Amino acid sequence: MGNFEQKVEKFIEIFIEQNGYVKVLEGLKNTLIIAVLGLLIGIVIGTLIATVRVIPKYKILPRILNGFCSFYVGLFRGTPIVVQLLVFYYVMLPLMGVHMTGVQVAIWVFGLNSGAYISEIMRSGILSVDPGQMEAGRAVGLSFGTTMMKIVIPQAVKNILPTLGNEFIALIKETSVVSFVGAADLYVAFNYIGSNSYEFMVPYLVMAMIYIVLVLLISLGIKLMERSLRKSDRRN
Amino acid sequence: MIDVINLTKKFNDLNVLNGISVKIEKGDIICVIGPSGSGKSTFLRCLNCMEDPTGGQIIFNNVDIADTKVDINIHRRKMGMVFQHFNLFNNKTVIQNIMLAPVHVQVKDMKKAKRKKLKDDPAYNTTKAEIIKNARENAIKLLERIGLADKADVYPSTLSGGQKQRVAIVRALAMNPDVILFDEPTSALDPEMVGEVLDLMKSLAEDFMTMIIVTHEMGFAREVANKILFIDEGKILESGTPEEFFGNPKHPRLKEFLSKVL
Ligand SMILES: Nc1ncnc2c1ncn2[C@@H]1O[C@H](COP(=O)(O)OP(=O)(O)O)[C@@H](O)[C@H]1O
Ligand SMILES: [Mg+2]
Repeated sequence: MGNFEQKVEKFIEIFIEQNGYVKVLEGLKNTLIIAVLGLLIGIVIGTLIATVRVIPKYKILPRILNGFCSFYVGLFRGTPIVVQLLVFYYVMLPLMGVHMTGVQVAIWVFGLNSGAYISEIMRSGILSVDPGQMEAGRAVGLSFGTTMMKIVIPQAVKNILPTLGNEFIALIKETSVVSFVGAADLYVAFNYIGSNSYEFMVPYLVMAMIYIVLVLLISLGIKLMERSLRKSDRRN
Repeated sequence: MIDVINLTKKFNDLNVLNGISVKIEKGDIICVIGPSGSGKSTFLRCLNCMEDPTGGQIIFNNVDIADTKVDINIHRRKMGMVFQHFNLFNNKTVIQNIMLAPVHVQVKDMKKAKRKKLKDDPAYNTTKAEIIKNARENAIKLLERIGLADKADVYPSTLSGGQKQRVAIVRALAMNPDVILFDEPTSALDPEMVGEVLDLMKSLAEDFMTMIIVTHEMGFAREVANKILFIDEGKILESGTPEEFFGNPKHPRLKEFLSKVL
């Protein structure tokens, strides 16, 4: 165990004296930014796709849009996230002649990717809302889009909040690969500490603990949210 | 006001409406009766194009709204609809349920008038705050009329069935419609709540609201309607005043139907 204590000491030395903690905070910040903004972009894209998928398909335009959305969802669910990051960074950006930082790339790719997953969650949420709600909106002269936005989607979101919380947890975990495009997340920070001390055991252990704490905190948040929702249901 | 000409409706291969023609005048109270599955709901839902008619015309205020090129949303504002299962907006309070559509369409009209600089249009000179204020005052008046002003800020899930349906009726009224369509408005209610809803409908009748009512309440139809339609297998088999209808039914299917329900 003496060996382990040495390793801990070494870690603490680098963590504090060589500003390792600055890197860790920076990494934590980037991990959270990528996950949170990715989730928000994902919710917007997912809601749009889910809406397209439930539009009645008599006309040609909804059919074309629907085809495009199916393709999009298939593409992002059918390829590994690392491949998506690399293709976006090394293929799409140069072709478009755009420059982005690693963190920006990660935000967009995780946003586009979670959009595909959230669209399925949102679609089941929309389908769980009584069709009479849409009918009542249409019957008073509101358009499909207005009824969707003001009546159906708010009820759908309420139904799927816990599932969205799980999607957020999944995002936090998956962001640990963003160093592939040079984004400095938690993994990069602890890898830096490890490389500087030639000692990886303690840094990776601490990293794992931080991820666990993050996930536990979010789970707790979801539970509290569910409870307050249930309360408001009763009050209703 | 509504001229239905040879309306047909098919669901895939199923012919549900087989050529329905009827004229509805302002102030008419028309009750539609008939066996279950005969196409009464489909007929009603075709009138405001909740179901797109397969064939025929629905001339509403001189426009054929069965034509898919017309903007149906504009015409639906003038055609209220009341459902068997109320369909109040669950995520809105009672008063929001009533105000939502009036505020939305008036704000939309105002923005359009301002964009197009239609200075003579009354919508041009109003503001969103004013629209909301008026809609709220009107909603409160409507709630007072049905004795539910104290429920303005609760969510529909706390209301009884009869209260929900009365709110749904004033929600339709808030748009100042030319006609209200009712699809079995009392069928989902506990018996003790049927009366309060029928009473409200009677009071609309006294105000000369034009109404088309699919119902199984024969007593109500006899008392309130000025015309009754009997629909079976997607056709109007008989129509007439309540006296003719109940006093001297002619079609054998109607006689059979009445003998079952009366
Ligand atoms: N959306 C639909 N798709 C397919 N068939 C339908 C649909 N709506 C109604 N029908 C059929 O049309 C017939 C008439 O239904 P409906 O108008 O609801 O009858 P009613 O209201 O008189 O009981 C029934 O056979 C029903 O199954
Ligand atoms: Mg019916």
